[in-house]
Amino acid sequence: MAEYFAIDDRALASLEPDVVIGPGEDVRVHADLGNHRVIGIDFPKWRDGRGYSSARMLREMGFAGDIRAIGDLTVDQLIFLKRSGFSSLAADRPMDPAAAQAALSRFPYVYQRAADSMAPAWALRHPAVSAVDE
Amino acid sequence: MYQYDNIDQAVVDARVAEYRDQLERRLSGALDEDHFRPLRLKNGLYLQMHAYMLRVAIPYGTLSGQQMRMLGHVARRYDRGYGHFTTRQNIQYNWIRLHESADLLAELATVEMHAIQTSGNCIRNISSDQYAGAAVDEVEDPRPWAELLRQWSSFHPEFSYLPRKFKIAVIASDTDRAAMKLHDIGLQIVQRDGETGFRVYVGGGMGRTPIVAPVIREFLPAGDFLSYCEAILRVYNRYGRRDNIYKARIKILVHDLGAAEFARQVEEEHAHVKTLGLDAPEAEIARIRDFFAPPAFQTGLSDTLDRSDPDFALWPDFALWPDFALWVDRQVVAHKVPGYRIVNISLKPVGQIPGDASADQMDVLADLAERYSFDEIRVTHAQNLVLPHVRAADLKAVWEALNAAGLADANLDLATDIIACPGMDYCTLANARSIPVAQQLARLLAPRESELGELKIKVSGCINGCGHHHAGHIGILGVDRKGNENYQLLLGGSGAEDTSLAQILGPGFDEAGIVGAVERVTTAYLSLRADGERFLDTYRRLGAAPFKAAVYGAAVNGEAAHG
Amino acid sequence: MVKLLTGNELLRGDVLWWDGKGWSLSIADAVALEPAEGASILEREAAGERISDLALIDAEVVGGRFRPVKIRERIRGFGPTVRPDLAVAEQDWR
Repeated sequence: MAEYFAIDDRALASLEPDVVIGPGEDVRVHADLGNHRVIGIDFPKWRDGRGYSSARMLREMGFAGDIRAIGDLTVDQLIFLKRSGFSSLAADRPMDPAAAQAALSRFPYVYQRAADSMAPAWALRHPAVSAVDE
Repeated sequence: MYQYDNIDQAVVDARVAEYRDQLERRLSGALDEDHFRPLRLKNGLYLQMHAYMLRVAIPYGTLSGQQMRMLGHVARRYDRGYGHFTTRQNIQYNWIRLHESADLLAELATVEMHAIQTSGNCIRNISSDQYAGAAVDEVEDPRPWAELLRQWSSFHPEFSYLPRKFKIAVIASDTDRAAMKLHDIGLQIVQRDGETGFRVYVGGGMGRTPIVAPVIREFLPAGDFLSYCEAILRVYNRYGRRDNIYKARIKILVHDLGAAEFARQVEEEHAHVKTLGLDAPEAEIARIRDFFAPPAFQTGLSDTLDRSDPDFALWPDFALWPDFALWVDRQVVAHKVPGYRIVNISLKPVGQIPGDASADQMDVLADLAERYSFDEIRVTHAQNLVLPHVRAADLKAVWEALNAAGLADANLDLATDIIACPGMDYCTLANARSIPVAQQLARLLAPRESELGELKIKVSGCINGCGHHHAGHIGILGVDRKGNENYQLLLGGSGAEDTSLAQILGPGFDEAGIVGAVERVTTAYLSLRADGERFLDTYRRLGAAPFKAAVYGAAVNGEAAHG
Repeated sequence: MVKLLTGNELLRGDVLWWDGKGWSLSIADAVALEPAEGASILEREAAGERISDLALIDAEVVGGRFRPVKIRERIRGFGPTVRPDLAVAEQDWR
């Protein structure tokens, strides 16, 4: 069991977050985010989903480092974390890495474009007209 | 109607497998209830007063015959032989066994059904007009857009842990048959200079703080549909209150910021997210819309229902079939295609439980949908059903089948067509029983129903308002008064396009008292109304005062208000 | 006034009453508990994760039988009042 879980290869396991952003904080007014290597986003309570918006906005702002979800999270949030742009997870309670991998690969398709690289269903259905300039 | 492709089916199947895994972990003890509860809620499985309740999604209230037959099978195999159609166009089963719940969901998946996001702080079932595709007054069928929203909202990673539940309605006519302005987002399809777009309402709702949604955007081009909704949800997810469950809906945010400032924030966010490639291409809209193409209607059919027309050979002699004639008058409405009609099916037989249907009745309904309505049947937010495309020539046969199954009550929008939530007979949130009140009112008012005309009575067992009492011409709210059931009486609400919120009339009543109070309201109406006025019109013309006097003025009556 | 311990069985959601040794479907088998004793049994049963919505509720003794004080609890012990054919037992829920 592990408290730390790397979601993708942007994860920097050996580093602590340079800054931890709380649920009520606005990532868009944070200075110097580009200088950080690891940004933590706090989830004091799993119900409070503001961190998903924060992470996604960070990716939209171009942050390419490790975004780490920290707090009250379990395997059942993993796919949402990944799709929102998180690259690592430091959970209050340890999780089974095998269960985590299973959760991440559970859904073969997604319906909406998010902060990950999965193409939404409509893009798969209409590849010719769905190319996005990255 | 929409049919799954391999992508849709794979998603639903994966969801069933995910839930099955979560359930097994719960049953083995690897997962505790605290962590399992939100997961089963995301699949619509509640623990209620006596048993588990499962809420199955019926997207925008549309079902095929096969799906209706499956709902009947579920009622028999997994429940106690009946189901309850809800005010959000879904169906609820009240006696589900936890250890069978994954099997149940697996069976639903075989007919393209699920219970995804029918509970929890996420985007819920997208509701729509039950006359979609058949209504004379619609701009276009709203359901392709509802289906697009259904997909977009399913497992949306950013919006699965909202401050509170989120409900969206889509309509396509000025006549509002879906209580659109009482939703978190209401969308009305409009045309502007030949271009299709949406008038966007945000921040409506009932419950503790009822509010009619203001317009946030007068015209949203179709191409911005998903990205604009994304912007609304992101503003809500970031700024909706999370400190107080009663202030957590988007209506509070819109109210506190003011519609103009809320709209400004949405526009600002939209300017940004619009650039992210979130909007589905026109090809996807077209693909979905193809599933909602009109069925193969016969042409050249006679369209008159004029009974005095001697050439109208198709029609039975109405004089011989007075019940059928009454049913045609009240339950059958015009269809956009000559020779066809929209048939309303009442699930409100006097004295029975509003919105309930037995497994046997569901089988009859499935057959009727397949045989007489191009395999479609709809659920309304008033807990009734609709066969959308019935040939006028088939009405008699349909009526006979409905009549034999106890489904031919002719009371659409009349006094006995009462909306009632399950209330304290079933629901752990309730403060009072609502179904017995509805039953007693129906029995009381049935003899005068014709005389009373359009009268929408809505009963909620608690402030959450699942009975839509704020939108009732007469609304009843069950409350707890020192450990006893008590009922507040509200008048003057409407969930139609003339949306208004019912206002409380005075002190509350016990169970017998509320029934008597409603009786006095109806008697007062009959004595006060001008020609052609519905109750709602009379109330709006005269205000609460004469009704207050009628209900409370006779203070010598011992059964009246209890403080 | 006495305290009864009640909960819902995990698999079927059936309403259960603590009978002193285990759980019964019938309120007739319930035992009155002292608050402290009840709280400790509740805590133990909660940890077992097989009984949900555990609660100590107030009941009066009427005619030799337990009668929950709150109408909600009485209905819970009876079944939906509008479907007496699905009732759990003969109980005066009014």
